[in-house]
Amino acid sequence: MKGRIISRGIAEGEALTTTHPISFYGGVDPETSEVVEKGHELQGKRIKDKILVFPNGKGSTVGSYTLYRLKKGGVAPAGIVNRECETVVAVGAIISEIPCVDEIDVSKIKTGDIVRIENGVVTIK
Amino acid sequence: MNLTKTEEKMLDGEEGYAVKKSMEILVALGNIYCAEKLIEVGSVQVAGVSYHNLGDAGLEFLNELAKDGKVKVLTTLNPAGMDLEDWRNLGIDEEFARKQNLVIDAFRKMGILISCTCTPYLIGNLPLYGEHIAWSESSAVTFANSVIGAKTNREGGPSALAAAFVGKTPYYGLHLDENRGPDTHVEVKAKLTKISDWGALGYCIGKQVQNKIAYITGIKEASLDELKSFCASVVTFGSKPLFYIRGITPGSEKYQPPKEKIILEDRDIREAYETINDDVEDIDFVCIGCPHASIKEIAQIADLLENKKISPNTEFWVATSRSMKQLADIKGYTAVIERAGGKFACDTCMAVAPVKGRFRAIATTSAKGCYYSRHNNLLTKMGSLEECIDAAVKGKWS
Repeated sequence: MKGRIISRGIAEGEALTTTHPISFYGGVDPETSEVVEKGHELQGKRIKDKILVFPNGKGSTVGSYTLYRLKKGGVAPAGIVNRECETVVAVGAIISEIPCVDEIDVSKIKTGDIVRIENGVVTIK
Repeated sequence: MNLTKTEEKMLDGEEGYAVKKSMEILVALGNIYCAEKLIEVGSVQVAGVSYHNLGDAGLEFLNELAKDGKVKVLTTLNPAGMDLEDWRNLGIDEEFARKQNLVIDAFRKMGILISCTCTPYLIGNLPLYGEHIAWSESSAVTFANSVIGAKTNREGGPSALAAAFVGKTPYYGLHLDENRGPDTHVEVKAKLTKISDWGALGYCIGKQVQNKIAYITGIKEASLDELKSFCASVVTFGSKPLFYIRGITPGSEKYQPPKEKIILEDRDIREAYETINDDVEDIDFVCIGCPHASIKEIAQIADLLENKKISPNTEFWVATSRSMKQLADIKGYTAVIERAGGKFACDTCMAVAPVKGRFRAIATTSAKGCYYSRHNNLLTKMGSLEECIDAAVKGKWS
């Protein structure tokens, strides 16, 4: 699948997918990478080393710094695939150097799939 | 997005790491929002200053940018998590102060003015009508767009910094005149008699119009302080950082009221108070200055506190910029307020200082202040300046 490059790079890993938008500020523990937002589909799951697949980001712009904190702590997702990336995730992915692609039909990717991102191209293995 | 040769070189890293990273951010945002190009900005306001929100990773990010990053335009700073000089007086702990100072050092190294205020337009960062700027801090963004008529999107901390290092921002959203027309007519039939009524009005309009641009009629006059309070409230409870008030804000003469219409009456304002206020009598924290207090507001506070004493059970803060406090020092207002037992909280406010767990109930004139105080687990009372000062003196809301 070919999408739009938000943040350059190559990443490969196991997909963790959700149909819920993600708020990184307040919604993800910056130390453990666990999703802590109450009622979220991924609540209790860790996003470390995953190819994180979700429709779009939401919430405070401080979320960009949360992604950066995850990266520095060694618990960031390996890559991000969105249907429509917004500014919080875009800026977060760029400053953290996490490969990120959007304009992808995210419903085609299932949790557990091995997914590779190579610049704008997303491949399910 | 079309880039000039110079911009291409910046993206390739010819001007160093900070400029390269900044260009990556601006180009990505430009592509997401289909901007055709970058445009020059007259000034930048950077949010994301409190160590409370940044953490160590945020500090590290700022330090990396500060290695070779220098701002290209006038750049001012949002409030920090503490008074940079008198933090002990506000009960801030040593470790927090040490980290907060490291954050400030990084910003200083970048050439940013350490103004630490959410009202940059009161202390020398005053854009002109129609000028393109790149500001974060939602209340200031709303004031700049609506009251001044400058043009800015609602930036986040990193994208505002990126604009400062490049001196440009992507040309989309509220930079384009075609996106600045009103969507909804709001007729205000309610009487507005005190400053907090403007916060309540912002609540009503923000909740109802959300992401639409309101064209407000029925308001005959408004002061700077009232508009400042309204801007903070309307974008806290809604999300659009632009509105028009017919006959008062610039550009309102260019448009007719849109067909879609909302009417706000006294009972809507009353309901806003009922939602914002908690059922509480004992008040142990009073803070005036969200957005940061103007010199006129400080004068009013001094006038109300003359020969009075703040209750021993209550902490009283005037949140303002350091520049405004210096004017207050000259006029003698500071002495009056401190003699009454009040404190100045320069460079910070109740929303970004680490106050969680220290107080039980706050009284303030600001609807935005109440919203963020609830995040800090405080009970809230919103009222006029007179009511808030009375609560500070008695330790009770009456």
